[in-house]
Order: sequence, then C-alpha cells, then structure tokens
Amino acid sequence: MTLAFVVLSSNSLVHLAPVDMVIVAFYFILVLAIGFYLKGQANTGEDFFMAGREMTAWVAGLSFLSANLGALELMGWAGSAYQYGILATHWYWIGAIPAMLFLALVMMPFYYISKTHSVPGYLKLRFGEPARVLSAVSFAFMTVLMSGVNMFAMAKVMQIVLGWDLNFSIWVSSLTVAVYVTLGGLRSAIFNEVLQFFLIWAGALLIPILGLYEAGGWSNLKVLIAQRASEQYVHMWAGLGSFSTNPMGIHWTGIVFGLGAVISMGYWTTDFLVVQRILAAKDMRSAELAPIIGAGFKMLVPIIVIVPGLLGLGLLPMKLVPESVAVATHGYSYNDVLPLMLARYCGPGLLGLGVTALIAGFMSGMAGNVSAFTTVWTYDIYRPLINSKGSDSHYVSMGRWTTVIGVLISVGTAYLVMRSASIMDYVQALFSFFIAPLFGTVILGMLWKRATGPGGFWGLLCGTLSSVSMWAWVKTDPTALRYVALSPDAKALAQDMYQALWSFLVCVVVTVVVSLATKPIPDSALQGLVYGQTAIPPIENVPLYQKPIFWAGVAAAVFVILNIIFW
Amino acid sequence: MTTGRSVSIWFFIGLSLLVNGMLILGAGLYEVAHPPAPEAQVVLFQLHASAWWGGLLTLIGAFYCWHYAPSRGH
Repeated sequence: MTLAFVVLSSNSLVHLAPVDMVIVAFYFILVLAIGFYLKGQANTGEDFFMAGREMTAWVAGLSFLSANLGALELMGWAGSAYQYGILATHWYWIGAIPAMLFLALVMMPFYYISKTHSVPGYLKLRFGEPARVLSAVSFAFMTVLMSGVNMFAMAKVMQIVLGWDLNFSIWVSSLTVAVYVTLGGLRSAIFNEVLQFFLIWAGALLIPILGLYEAGGWSNLKVLIAQRASEQYVHMWAGLGSFSTNPMGIHWTGIVFGLGAVISMGYWTTDFLVVQRILAAKDMRSAELAPIIGAGFKMLVPIIVIVPGLLGLGLLPMKLVPESVAVATHGYSYNDVLPLMLARYCGPGLLGLGVTALIAGFMSGMAGNVSAFTTVWTYDIYRPLINSKGSDSHYVSMGRWTTVIGVLISVGTAYLVMRSASIMDYVQALFSFFIAPLFGTVILGMLWKRATGPGGFWGLLCGTLSSVSMWAWVKTDPTALRYVALSPDAKALAQDMYQALWSFLVCVVVTVVVSLATKPIPDSALQGLVYGQTAIPPIENVPLYQKPIFWAGVAAAVFVILNIIFW
Repeated sequence: MTTGRSVSIWFFIGLSLLVNGMLILGAGLYEVAHPPAPEAQVVLFQLHASAWWGGLLTLIGAFYCWHYAPSRGH
C-alpha cells in the first residue's frame, strides 16, 4: 500500500491536501520519538506498569479524561447529538461528573493507600483470589477484544471519511502503538494521551466557533433546530417526565439511576482502563485532584462533541439517517456529522489537524486498552497463576511481550470483525455486562466491612450473569424490552441503562445475602481497604484553594448550574 | 508542571502545537494570497480561519516550547 494511494483516493467524504498529510505524518513521527525517548525510563515494574507513580495531578487528570476521549467516542456522540439532540449531553454531565467526584473523594484513598497495581488487585486484597481472577480474566479478555473492535471501527471510519485502505489503517496504527507502548510502557501511553487531548481541542474547537457564528448564536441555533426537528431536542430534562416525550424514549429515572448512579459510577470508578491513570499519580493529593481536573474538562467536552452534532441538525442542507439506511441509499449517516462539519469549515491544514485529532484519539484509546491489558495480565493473571517467583525484570519483559501479543490479538480481532460485523455488536454488549456488577462489588468492598470473600465473588458472578441473561432475552425476544427497560418505546441506550441498574441490584443483593451467611473477615485483615478500618492520611497543610474538596465543590456547583441553564 | 524527568511532557505538546500551527498558518496565508475557486471554498472562507487559528497555535506552541525547554531546567 503506497502513500500515493492513500492521498489520491477519491471515494471519500473529505480530501486531504499535501499540507494535511504532512501534519498527519508529523504526528506519527512525534509519538514514535516520544516512545524512543521514554525507553530508558521504563526499566522497572513500577516504571513500566505504573509510570513510576510520579505523574502530577494535571498529567494524570488529562490522561484519565483522554483515555475515554477516543475518536469513536467523538464521532459517535456527535452523531447521537444529531439523532437525540442535547439529551446526549447527559453522558458527559450526569453520566460522568458525579462519578468522577465520587472517585476522587471517596474511592481514591482506598485504591491509593492499598498500593494496588490494578482494580482486580484491590479485589484480591479485599475479597481474595477468586474475585480477582474472575474480574481479571473478564477484563483482560474483553479489553483486548474491544481494542480490536475499535481498531476495525476506526479503520472503517478512515475508509469512509478519507478513502484509506482498511489494511493500511489497521497495520500502521497498531504497529505504531505497539512500538511506543513496548518501549515506554504506561508513561509513554500517558504522554501520548495528554498530547492527544491538546490535538483534539486544537483540531475540533473551530467547528463550534465557526458553526455558532454561521448560525447566528446559540439562541438562533435553538430556533433552527426547533424548526427542523423539535423543541425537545434542545432540552436536557424538560422532556424526561415520560418515555414518549423525548427523542431517546427514556424516563428521567433511567438517566439518574441507570446512567448517573450505576453505569457512570461503574465505568469511571472501576474500569481499570481509566483508573490506572490515576494510580500513576505521585501522591495522594494528586490522585484526588486528578479526577476533579478530569471532571472540569469533561464538562467542556460537549462544546466539541454535542454542539457540532446540534449544528449539523440546524445547518446541514442534507438529512442524515441511520447507518443501515445510509448504506442502502448511499446517503450520510448520523455518525458522519462530525467529518461533515469538519469538511464544511476546515480548509487545507485545519483539515489535517482535525484528521490527526481523530487518529490520535483512536491510537491513544488503543494504547490505553493495551497498557491496561498488559498490567492486568502480568500482575493479576500471570504472576499469581503461572509464575509467582519471577524477578522484577522478568515481569517487565513479560509486560513488553504482552504488549506486542495484545496488539496482535487486537489486529486478529479486527480481521475477525471484518469477516462478520455482528461480532462487533456482541463484543460491545459483552463489555458492558461487567461494569455495573463490578461497581457493586467494589463499592460494597470499600464501604461495608461485613462483605466477605464469597459474598464478593458470588455477587460479581451473579450480577454479570443476570446482565448477560437480560441481553440474551431481549435479543431472542425483542418484546421483552417492555420488562427490562420498563417501556416498549425504549431505545437501545435506554435498555443499557436499565440492564445496568438491574444487574447492579442483583450483585448487591447476592453479595449482602451471601456475606451475611458466611464468616466475617476479621477487622485486622481489612486495614487500608475498608471505610472505618482505614486511617486516611490528611492532605498536607495547604491553602483551601489547593485542596481537592474545594475544587470538587466548585465542579459540583458548575455541574448543577449547567443542568439548570440547559434544563 | 513536569513529570519529573529531563524533558517535560509540556515541551512535546508545545512542539506539536508549534509545528502544526506554523503549517496551518502557512496554508492559511497561501489561501489569502491565492484564494481557491468559489465552489472549492469552505463555508465562512472570508473569515480566513486557517490563518488566525494557525497563528494562535503557533503562539501557544512557541510559549510552551520556550517555557518548558529542557535547557531551562524543566
């Protein structure tokens, strides 16, 4: 595959000029250079797997946010904003901010004091080996598969948007990630995630600026959307009193309890892909401040994701349709809205930066998956189950090999998905099965000292199985949606919310019942792991404005004000 | 804010913004001097977003490169 083919391909949404290609090429050169530069700083296990635990609050916080700010996330939620209106913002505000602040103030001290390398590692300390193995195997398996699914999806996006060949996109991006993570470990992944954060803002911020200028401001945009769709598309809460009065077919209970209380808590507090970035913080105050910094920027992300989707709804001359309809009619799908807006306003140079932001988002997301997989495999599967007597350098070597193998499995998964696209739906659904029950297990473990090892294990297992069962039930009998999601009007996103809520409740009930029926763990074995049994060291003597609790209060106040403004 | 090693992460970010900014600024100024045909122009072309956005990125990148330069002890 020659570069000339890539540049000259004509069947695409946008066309890159030579200056755009130079910008894309410079990005690849820079990330590889960072990997080679950091090679000498990844010699010990702490360096390779935990970035030396020396990241500042800003670096850990931006990396924490960037691990979730992938290209598919950007394009997918811009498409959701076109499809569902401003309701999609819930996934950035109530679907993230309370959970991030909860992680910072309540959960982080336990993760940090226990000095665990991973979330499964915490489960080992709290509930014993069975709970750790169950969560580690499921996480490692699903993470590497998700990485492959995302790789294929991104290659597909590059094919549609830029006309790039699938094999070219898959191999160039995956080999680049393999090189820089193998060389620099987690530190390299974190550096590139922070770089990606800046590239995404530099590449995407012009769209809302120019779009709002063209629309004549936010008020005029709301009028345009009301004319072309419905007034409900610009209200976050006003239409959630009933399943049928909003574009998503969801009730406010699904948003508050399913999304805000379970799914987002599960994702932001127990998904090791994001938590790993915080564990690399240099001290307790940095570890608590990092998610708060992430929360501050998370509240701003709708500017570059949701606003472009709404601008597409109000300004684009063509009507966007679901993916299946777009394929059949050769039209544009919802997911095309961000590239379409990029092509609408961005000439040579700016287009290259926007495309680079998408590529960077994809690659750093993949690096995040691979580095988390490497840590969990080495510390939570290989060391306890296969070789517990290896030296530190042996585990670093295992980590480097696991990175390469993880990337190759991801590439294999990408080709598997290429042969059967339905695999992608299954893997994405499977991944969501583990998050909600895992949150139930971890939060009970941290806050309830009576929870026992068998309680934690069986709660996690039953919660996960209940989620799988509900998904299979709806898959085989779509009318079951009225029971799982409480309404036949519910859309796929609403189903996810309620499925998570029920599986979390199953996990909690089973954990409580089994724990009460089994022998309590002595208090002496719970030191540093459970609320009430852990002396949390006070934040050093710093002014109020440097304390995490102060900034958490500021973030919470802004969060409430934003929801009222866009009610 | 550094990661405690010889070259700060912010220096790499500055380098990225500086190089990208200069390329975009150059492309923007070229378009000002040689405007494309009207049918090939992006929406709001008359605002010359490439030129001022590229200039802004160049300034921010240059500041980061200077402030976090390895020679200044970051």
